[in-house]
Amino acid sequence: MAFSFEQWTPKVYRRFLQSMKPKRTIAKNALWAFFVGGLFCALGQGIHNFWRWQGLNAFDGAAATAAILVFIGAFLTGIGVYDQLGKHAGAGSLVPITGFANAVVASAMEFKREGYVFGVGAKMFTIAGPVIVYGCLSSVVIGLIYFLRMH
Amino acid sequence: MGKKRGKQTFALAAPPYLAGAYTIAGTKEGEGPLGECFDQLIPDALWGETTWEKTESKLMTTAVRGACQRADWTEGDAELLLAGDLLNQTISANFSARALGIPFFGIFGACSTMAEGLGLGAMLIDGGYVDRLVATASSHHETAERQFRSPNELGVQRPPEAQWTVTGAGAAALASPAVYHHPASLAGRSAVTVTHVTVGKVVDLGVKDAGDMGSAMAPAAAHTILTHLHDTERTVGDYDAIVTGDLGHVGHAACRALMAAEGVVPGERLLDCGVMIFDASRQDTHAGGSGCGCSAVVILSELLRRLRDRCYRRLLFVGTGALFSPMSSQQGESIPAIGHAVVLERGE
Repeated sequence: MAFSFEQWTPKVYRRFLQSMKPKRTIAKNALWAFFVGGLFCALGQGIHNFWRWQGLNAFDGAAATAAILVFIGAFLTGIGVYDQLGKHAGAGSLVPITGFANAVVASAMEFKREGYVFGVGAKMFTIAGPVIVYGCLSSVVIGLIYFLRMH
Repeated sequence: MGKKRGKQTFALAAPPYLAGAYTIAGTKEGEGPLGECFDQLIPDALWGETTWEKTESKLMTTAVRGACQRADWTEGDAELLLAGDLLNQTISANFSARALGIPFFGIFGACSTMAEGLGLGAMLIDGGYVDRLVATASSHHETAERQFRSPNELGVQRPPEAQWTVTGAGAAALASPAVYHHPASLAGRSAVTVTHVTVGKVVDLGVKDAGDMGSAMAPAAAHTILTHLHDTERTVGDYDAIVTGDLGHVGHAACRALMAAEGVVPGERLLDCGVMIFDASRQDTHAGGSGCGCSAVVILSELLRRLRDRCYRRLLFVGTGALFSPMSSQQGESIPAIGHAVVLERGE
């Protein structure tokens, strides 16, 4: 017994499914991302201003701010808040540095039961690893372009 | 006439009885529309264990013991255990079989495992190999999430077509007519038999999105249902319900439309365990439930009750499975899907 849909190509089936798929709430997601992402950035700016006022220069102030934001991201992950936030905020909580902290701490927590070496140690960077690898790679490429322009 | 009907269906000569069933589920499932129907609910995701994997195994073990008890079997009565789950190397089933000490066949059909186990079990009994066996399947939200998607505490946004893996296990005790006696606890209620088994074929229409398994599985479900009706020369009207495993809202609509395109309009009779188990508007489960445990706990609780209480006479249960792994997905493979069907019918 052969049915006509067995012969469909992925493209035909995709078109067939179009009307059944729920619409993505793009506007709502973008608003959430804008406000939560903006909130993190404003918080970061506030912390940065505080350190400048305390007498740190711009470079040290940025480092201290990053450290505090990473701590906040890690802490909120640890108490189980960050995944709830990420569910609504999407890119708004993923893109700031707190999202990076969430990726590392969530993996570390998840794989603790497989031990500290092959669990936490090996799996801690499963999500954040690509960010580090391609972050380094793109900084090298941009450094090279800068170097060539200088000469 | 032999037992084979058409290309994929077997009609059992002496339909085995579903002597006992037991379902156990998690807290979110307990808060769902079918919460009252399950035999047992666990208080939290770990249930006193140190890992979620151990919890899943304990769910299965508890379900198997429960099903044997419900069938009035004593320890050692079950001659065979057919068990499977979603985890790598089906560890929940393996460790559960270790605890139970019943001769064990591990089976894997992804989320179709409960239907696969019921079908294989019914055929083994009808074939005369054993008189009593237990078929079971389990899944656990957290164990599936970490194996198939991402760490549980990662702040990710789930797309609207994503499904929620059910925490739960269901077990069914099957007995040959020769040894079946109606359990005292079922006095006044009907016995239920497994009369037909339709073995699914892998169908793949090229869906690659692992976050949209309902769409991937709908063609396999529709294929098995249509083939079953053709093989048995029956129509939708011969069934009080045709129940798919875990297509969810998106896959359910797709399956309905695929059947309609072949001229079969199931109407209200087409149900889906993934749609029934959660209230999507209230429980934030997006397209519905999924996982081996999803169909296992729904079919063996509320739907079995409808058969025993004579609301239904005959039901077609189609377990649906997405036969992929995160590795095949990352390598760019599409998702092969399968649907196994068994007919559950009220006995005399």
